[in-house]
Amino acid sequence: MAKKQHVQVTINGRSREALVEPRTLLVHFIREVPGLTGTHVGCDTSNCGACTVILDGKTVKSCTMFAVQADGAEIMTVEGLIKDGQLHPLQQGFKEEHGLQCGFCTPGMLMSACALLSKNPNPSEQDIRWGISGNLCRCTGYQNIVKAVQFAAKKMSESKTVAQGGSK
Amino acid sequence: MFKTSPEVGGMGHSIKRKEDLRFIQGKGNYVDDVSLPGMVYGQMVRSPYAHARLVSINVEKAKKLPGVLAVITGEDLAKANLAWMPTLSGDKQMVLATGKVLFQSQEVAFVVAEDRYAAADAADLVEVEYEELPVLVDPKKAMDPGAPLLRDDREQKDNHIFHWEVGDKAATDKAFHDAPVKTKVDAFFQRCHPAPLETCGCVADFNRATERLTVYLTSQAPHAHRTLFSLVGNIPENNIRIISPDIGGGFGNKVPIYPGYVCAVVASLTLGVPVKWIETRSENLMSTGFARDYHMTAEIAAGKDGKMTALRVKTLADHGAFNAAAQPTKFPAGLFSICSGSYDLPQAFCEVDGVYTNKAPGGIAYRCSFRVTEAAYLIERAVDVLADELKMDPAELRRKNFIPASAFPYKSPLGWTYDSGDYEVNMQKALDKIGYPQLLQEQAEKRKKGELMGIGISSFTEIVGAGPSKTFDIAGIKMFDSAEIRIHPTGKAICRMGTKSQGQGHETTYAQIVAQELGIPAADVTVEEGDTDTAPYGLGTYASRSTPTSGAATAIAARKIRDKARKIAAYLLEASEQDLEWEPGKFYVKGAPGKSKTIQEIAFAAYTNHPQGMEAGLEAVDYYDPPNLTFPFGTYIAVVDIDKGTGEIKVRRFVAVDDCGNIINPMIVEGQIHGGLTEGLAIAFMQQIDYDENGNVQGGTFMDYLLPTAVETPNWETDKTVTPSPHHPFGAKGIGESPNVGSPAAFVNAVVDALSHLGVKHIDMPITPWKVWNILKEKGLTG
Amino acid sequence: MIPAAFEYLRPKTIPEAVALLQQHGNEAKIMSGGQSLIPMMKLRLARPGYIIDINRISGLSYIKEEGGFLKIGGLTREAEVEASAVVRSKYPILIETASVIADPQVRNLATVGGNLAHGDPANDHGATMIALAAQIVATGAKGERVIPIEQFFVTLFTTSLQQDEILTEIRVPIPPPRSGGAYFKLERKVGDFATAAVAVQLTLDGAGAVQKAGMGLTNVGAVPIKARKAEDFLRGKKPDAATIAQAAQLAADDAEPSSDLRGPAEYKKGLVKELAKRALSSAVERAGK
Repeated sequence: MAKKQHVQVTINGRSREALVEPRTLLVHFIREVPGLTGTHVGCDTSNCGACTVILDGKTVKSCTMFAVQADGAEIMTVEGLIKDGQLHPLQQGFKEEHGLQCGFCTPGMLMSACALLSKNPNPSEQDIRWGISGNLCRCTGYQNIVKAVQFAAKKMSESKTVAQGGSK
Repeated sequence: MFKTSPEVGGMGHSIKRKEDLRFIQGKGNYVDDVSLPGMVYGQMVRSPYAHARLVSINVEKAKKLPGVLAVITGEDLAKANLAWMPTLSGDKQMVLATGKVLFQSQEVAFVVAEDRYAAADAADLVEVEYEELPVLVDPKKAMDPGAPLLRDDREQKDNHIFHWEVGDKAATDKAFHDAPVKTKVDAFFQRCHPAPLETCGCVADFNRATERLTVYLTSQAPHAHRTLFSLVGNIPENNIRIISPDIGGGFGNKVPIYPGYVCAVVASLTLGVPVKWIETRSENLMSTGFARDYHMTAEIAAGKDGKMTALRVKTLADHGAFNAAAQPTKFPAGLFSICSGSYDLPQAFCEVDGVYTNKAPGGIAYRCSFRVTEAAYLIERAVDVLADELKMDPAELRRKNFIPASAFPYKSPLGWTYDSGDYEVNMQKALDKIGYPQLLQEQAEKRKKGELMGIGISSFTEIVGAGPSKTFDIAGIKMFDSAEIRIHPTGKAICRMGTKSQGQGHETTYAQIVAQELGIPAADVTVEEGDTDTAPYGLGTYASRSTPTSGAATAIAARKIRDKARKIAAYLLEASEQDLEWEPGKFYVKGAPGKSKTIQEIAFAAYTNHPQGMEAGLEAVDYYDPPNLTFPFGTYIAVVDIDKGTGEIKVRRFVAVDDCGNIINPMIVEGQIHGGLTEGLAIAFMQQIDYDENGNVQGGTFMDYLLPTAVETPNWETDKTVTPSPHHPFGAKGIGESPNVGSPAAFVNAVVDALSHLGVKHIDMPITPWKVWNILKEKGLTG
Repeated sequence: MIPAAFEYLRPKTIPEAVALLQQHGNEAKIMSGGQSLIPMMKLRLARPGYIIDINRISGLSYIKEEGGFLKIGGLTREAEVEASAVVRSKYPILIETASVIADPQVRNLATVGGNLAHGDPANDHGATMIALAAQIVATGAKGERVIPIEQFFVTLFTTSLQQDEILTEIRVPIPPPRSGGAYFKLERKVGDFATAAVAVQLTLDGAGAVQKAGMGLTNVGAVPIKARKAEDFLRGKKPDAATIAQAAQLAADDAEPSSDLRGPAEYKKGLVKELAKRALSSAVERAGK
């Protein structure tokens, strides 16, 4: 067996570490070490995006990365979206707009949508569809997911406006 | 029907889903999320060959790998009489191969190790020697003399599984003989796969201390699975608990019992620790329940005026190596005989022959209510072929032949009694919504310029809600379903049903049924499914049956509760029962609305102040035996534009007007339609599980079995008509599968329509860009 | 799903990485984005004994115009190419190429260097770099050497990188005025490899005739193909519709596609012709601006 290596990552603000084989996939590390099972495995050829997390500010497929590669990184998973018991506008949007059915693709979708909105706070419908093109869904046909993201974009710009005292 | 307030959230309210809260936080509990102390992992070893004799299996190297606890082979299972198991279609299938293998990816050995990484390494170390045998992949050759015999375990020494027929052959033949117009279409519905985003798997946990076996299982039918595990494994049924937790999509893929489940159970029984088995996506695509693979021919006899007089259908069904189709026992071809569709056909005859091939076993109902997609596709294609022959507008031809609204309940020539329908009104709504006359005009103008645009109509009738106990059973278990409702003293409720949601929103919709019937806010009603220790017996969720069966049971159970509530109310109000009126949430004295008792007050009284001689409590259970199936229907219209240079097809618009009777939650219904149409799009244009001549799977991963992304998926325009089911307690019919059933024909009809002026009559799915390009090239149009 | 075991090494400098390559020979594989390598390892089609992760080596990720070239560091992520202001304004062909590689998540990790070094004719940058007449800078034990793109692709999954060399920089000659380029890719769905794709880079002279022409073809041969016949044909001619059509046919003639699940060879050839037409028209239009 290959020499185990020490990996330390910060997930949703908490430091996590373990000794793992180099071949341990990041998704398995996330699901098994801190037990954050919100990140899912949906395929074995890096096509589905169910395993998407945000690593050092960028979305990555955690099934196509070794945990050792992520050593020292800051990771956000779906469990990190909620803040002080308050749902993130994206989470609200998915609920308000019926953007999920079985829920299996949802964590990955939320991560991709979150990254999209941080880069592009006012995306067009096409921007959204391209932004989530790395995440497969079998249940919704994407239409309400697009609406959910639009809901969140609107909410987030409104609260920014409020925070800025009503000025743009 | 009463209208409830939005706060109560009964029928017709688009209340937000109650189950969403955990999913949006990543706190769903799917089978792979289950982690039990001492849990170990199983992995399958699979055959690379499609047909081969199993010469030897050597597990010694694998066993020696550190962390490996056991390696199970077919020989081991045979000792416990478990090497084979019965299928849901009266056939049997190998759990682990003995003697030979019959399809690529067939299960050959099961490795159990302390972690999944060691299990993967150990699986690589299992040495299997095969002797290749001739491969049969063409079902049309399965009955040829000299075709390789696949199933030497059967008494019958050929590859024929069944012959099934229905209808009046003689009368149909005569109608054809007499008809001035006869058309024919050979339509192949390709093998595809439900591919839910979560693959199949289980955690089998045999607890030696309690002698109970708990199996966390991706199961759409937990009770049926429990009974089957008990019968096949000889385990007392009271010692088995199946828990179907959150399921990441089913679409029929999670109805069969797979060898992986059996091996995990055997391993747990042997080792006394929990054993987790989760298949990979490749395993899912290559070995679990595929769908369709129907080679169909439809002939229509008609008068010159387009009035159809007969339908004749012949189908060859490719079931793979084992007939593992999950369908009602008396219907080896499922409900395929709905293939007379929405049309008033005086005569029809339908026959289906099933054969074995060296492919993955099955033929499950992928979002199609037992072969209804195949049937709807066939008739809608056949009608378009007839329209083309007669040079008649396809909408006009349909209108001419629709079963009129006045004819319901309608007895079809193939034996079904359709409950209700209003096809004309429904189709007209779709035609209006898409702007049909303007599109025809646009198409005429575009044709002059050499541009390719097509309009495709599909006006389908579905048959769902299996089914009446007189004719419907799966593996002998009748297809009723159930609901149990219990009201607490403070007026909140808990319900359990025999169905199992895999994303259809049951925690919300069943609560809404209770809200409608009892006036208790849906938010106050907890709905649970999937734990066989607590839920009443049911046959599960597939074939759009939940609303027609358990939904009905929920309403009936609620009405039983309301009957008892009336008695309690009468007692509390010191009135007679006949003097009380009901409106959602309360009973009041006729003529004195101020004298009333809310359902919450009644519930409280059921435990604190119930009349002497009456049982305390306020609950009911109902096992509902549907008197008939239900027949949702709809019209779908697709508009496509074709890129002549590349053959690419763009779906410009798609209008869906569905009729599923009375609607519980319009938002959820719309979501179902979006999802099903997307699956139909993929099937029409992108997907096929194919095999080369050596039985190698083509398209066994998501790299080649293509699921559409948000970019390929168009916006779906949805609308509805409402024609309630006369026999359902609240007039609902079920909707989950309609979009997958009705849409392939709309897409294909549209593409054929775009090319019909060039002489194209039919194109088999998937209609890939290169298929279109080949046609255009042949006609010199690619430039 | 689970790769075979390997030892993991993470050098901090290029010389360290090169030394590790020398030490472990064919048992070692460089990993940059990992978006091609890791999927192969998960299917156990690749079983390197040693993975040399170069992602922490600083100074390998940049996009800058310098000395007549657009220089792209080997470790530059596709997403960085997409976001680069200089690429967006002056090299639309590179934006069109980078943005159709896989999907957003993959593009965050996949590198331009890795895309080329993998030697997969289905990868998109090969054709574009051929059209741009780019140069590959390889760093090995003997130092740096510059490889013209025409000599870079040898055969399937094989480039002219030596066993101990790492692709450290890509150099794209800064196009002169009156230049334009485009990349047209047809894929079965977003995220797929090209059924076929064509990259075109043109420079027009003062009279509007083609002065320089570069054309590369994706996934229609064992390597990304340089459509020489088409390039030679275009030189000196005014790129009107007839000329473009002829050049497109010549490009198709140079394609050597195989029939597979993406389509029959004949279709792919037809696609090359059609996409070449469109790419040429787009390049001409951009050159005219």
